[in-house]
Amino acid sequence: MTEEIIIAGFGGQGVLSMGKILAYSGIMQDQEVSWMPSYGPEMRGGTANVTVIVSDERISSPTLTCYDTAIILNQQSMDKFESTVKPGGVLIYDPNGITHFPTRTDITIYTIEGAKLAADMGNTKIFNMVVLGAYLKVKPIVQLENVIKGLKKSLPERYHKLIPLNEDAITMGMKNVVTS
Amino acid sequence: MGELKLMKGNEALAEAAIRAGVDGYFGYPITPQSEVIEYLMAEKPHDRTGMVVLQAESEVAAINMLYGAGATGKKAMTSSSSPGISLMQEGLSYLAGAEIPCVVANIVRGGPGLGDIQPAQSDYFQSVKGGGHGDYRLPVLAPASVQEMSDFVPLSFDLAFKYRTPVLIVSDGLIGQMMEKVELFDTMPRLTDEEVTARYPWGTNGKPKGGERRIMTSLDLDPHKLEKHNFHLQDKYRTLEEDEVKYELIDCDDADYVIVAYGSSSRIAQKSIQLARKEGIKVGLLRPITLWPFPKKQINALIKQGVKGFLSVEMSAGQMVEDILLTVGDRTKVAHFGRYGGVIHSPEEVLEALKQKIIGG
Repeated sequence: MTEEIIIAGFGGQGVLSMGKILAYSGIMQDQEVSWMPSYGPEMRGGTANVTVIVSDERISSPTLTCYDTAIILNQQSMDKFESTVKPGGVLIYDPNGITHFPTRTDITIYTIEGAKLAADMGNTKIFNMVVLGAYLKVKPIVQLENVIKGLKKSLPERYHKLIPLNEDAITMGMKNVVTS
Repeated sequence: MGELKLMKGNEALAEAAIRAGVDGYFGYPITPQSEVIEYLMAEKPHDRTGMVVLQAESEVAAINMLYGAGATGKKAMTSSSSPGISLMQEGLSYLAGAEIPCVVANIVRGGPGLGDIQPAQSDYFQSVKGGGHGDYRLPVLAPASVQEMSDFVPLSFDLAFKYRTPVLIVSDGLIGQMMEKVELFDTMPRLTDEEVTARYPWGTNGKPKGGERRIMTSLDLDPHKLEKHNFHLQDKYRTLEEDEVKYELIDCDDADYVIVAYGSSSRIAQKSIQLARKEGIKVGLLRPITLWPFPKKQINALIKQGVKGFLSVEMSAGQMVEDILLTVGDRTKVAHFGRYGGVIHSPEEVLEALKQKIIGG
């Protein structure tokens, strides 16, 4: 199994940390992982994206031009990455703020109202975890228990009290992802 | 099994420095390697092992701090990125001349000049041909994963002390910034002063009673004595060439063509090889791990094995390709495919270049 993912959105949406938690979850179940962010001056207030690869085998290139899954969280990223999903692949997006909806018919497209659900839960910061839940429902490449283990390992002790909230957010995402 | 962590290449390098029993890190921040000193400052290595971390006033100061610390037989290290490494070249020449061990990591970015902060491999010439003045060589290790960013720190110190030479770790912004799984090695205690004196009797840590005065210098105004010193250095470099070449071969057993690539480029080329093999093209990868000494014997072996062409894939305008050409001569086809200025190849375009420049060309 090799899953090649691009997660793209605005800086501050938790794009990079979502990727990090996914990568840590892969380590928890003994898989190879890589996490390659776009880095550079354009990140300040602009777009942020990260390529995450989770695999049973040694990972070759950490940067890619096409992906099994694209998780898209703003219009700029939709413009840039819709075309990069491999035929038969998956595109998941939050329709909040999207004006030009994806049009491809050779991939499966899902929506998750991440921003709205996070706001309903009273904490917009868990937006990325709602989206992660949506992704894991569509592609259960890592088990929920390993995500929790990954969270424990990647978060400083003082934030461990927030893990149940994150778990709720993931579950919320899993329940609310819909085919577009 | 050691502790498993998800870390950036830069962080793994920094953690490895603490665990390898480094006595002093002296550096000056520069993107894309600032995480090294940032991580070291946050980790408070002085509390963990007694390691000193100091932000120097400049790269020139940092490299000369390595001269001072290394001259006493202590393990000293710095890291920087291309423009900063250029500033250190005078110091590296002095360190090589005075035979002072130390480790310098270059997380290469696009150039020339200030360039940009994206990954590049355009410091190959500077690294392997001697960026400073005089007849000297530096062993150069090129990690291709976050794991190797960690593992190559103790490996570099082994080489540095075995041969009394500065050692370069040449990585780039991609390996520095990406996160991968890394298995951390157990912390090695720092050597005590007594152990350092016993192990490295050349160190300038105080004149023993009745002993000779020890001087660490690259200066000798007697040309015949300096020539003799140079003979000694050259002998050392020949031994390094004979004994310390490191490389990795992937899918070369049945290969008609071989991509030669190191560091980040080798990771991208691995994907290109997978794509090629899906099309029935038999391609392998030779990954030099030591850029100097260069794996010449391995290239000769591949030619004997029947390889019909070599493609050098570098994030540069064509630097390592010159070393491949020096080895191959006109025996078989050699070509170069580069992206540079901070641009990274796509696996697909590497395959396309192989088809056009080697298979079809």
